Amino acid sequence: MNWQPDAWGYVFIAIAGFLATDIWRWLGVVAGRRLREDSEVLNWVRAVATALVAGVVSKLIVFPTGVLESSPLWLRVGSIAVGALAFFLGRQVPAIGIVSAIAFLGAGLYLLGF
Amino acid sequence: MAYSADRDGEGTAGFWFLKGMQGIFSLPASILLISFVGFTAFAQQSGVPVDQAVFMTGIVWALPAKLILVGSIQSGANLFAAFVAVTLSSIRLMPMVAALIPEIRAEKTRTFVLLIVSHLIAVTAWVMAMERVQHVPRPHRVTYVLGLGMTLVIANMIVVGTLYQYVAEFPPIVAGCLFFLTPVYFLASIWSSGRHPVIHIALVVGLLLGPLATLYAPDFDLLLSGIVGGTLAWGLDVLRRRRLGGRV
Repeated sequence: MNWQPDAWGYVFIAIAGFLATDIWRWLGVVAGRRLREDSEVLNWVRAVATALVAGVVSKLIVFPTGVLESSPLWLRVGSIAVGALAFFLGRQVPAIGIVSAIAFLGAGLYLLGF
Repeated sequence: MAYSADRDGEGTAGFWFLKGMQGIFSLPASILLISFVGFTAFAQQSGVPVDQAVFMTGIVWALPAKLILVGSIQSGANLFAAFVAVTLSSIRLMPMVAALIPEIRAEKTRTFVLLIVSHLIAVTAWVMAMERVQHVPRPHRVTYVLGLGMTLVIANMIVVGTLYQYVAEFPPIVAGCLFFLTPVYFLASIWSSGRHPVIHIALVVGLLLGPLATLYAPDFDLLLSGIVGGTLAWGLDVLRRRRLGGRV
């Protein structure tokens, strides 16, 4: 860990965080009414953006940090599977999937002696 | 305009700002607050100090962007690599904002105000705003979204700032579940708010490709799962539409 909690940290966050994010929000305002919701370019942009976030999500599941680093992979993947099953059976209400996945994970961690 | 004639009957700007603020008492806002407890734990475990975690929450706001930013910091990425990874994850904000603006802008709304509103937009705030502004008179929609968004941002900054010192002392099971809440929350909310099939295809492709990319190309894993995975998902969607006989 070579991260430093000084002014450079703030500059780093401002450039790689704030600027990198708000550029798209500002462009969104500019595009406003002109952007065509059915254009093929926008479809590709949607796909890339979603796949990127999904990549981050799967990294958190497969290669977690902290407590979960020492938990078995099958428990984490199993929790996602249980949550997904509950989510789709529960008419795709997010809370149903979230509660089921976390409950399965919590129960598994308890039984494994965490 | 019909609404300008009876504007007095629609309540004041202050009323609609408060109405927007009340959005904090809702299920999506509650899930978001708990997810930010998870983010707090992630930031703390990644060595990001509390003041920077709070700063990041206010200035970046979008949770996926912050996760990638903290992930980049954790893995020692340089400024350029971090910028590219974060900015790629944030492209999705552009169509989200572009879709919301026509819903909320009134004739006299200034671009400057819309730029401020746009900063408050992230997945949860966007989903809530798109649903709720339909019940708000058009002249007050921007005010309503300002109340909603600013309250969400400030509440989560307070959550990060106050809980940072406690997340390290959480029992292991609680810490583990909080960490896991973020990925689970994103999967559920992106799937349920995704109105285009290509989003669902990209979510599945990205999920499968992410760990493989980390194993085989750890330096470029996020770019790889984003650009390669996204293009693959888009291609699959084009094929799907062809098979359905629709236009491509």
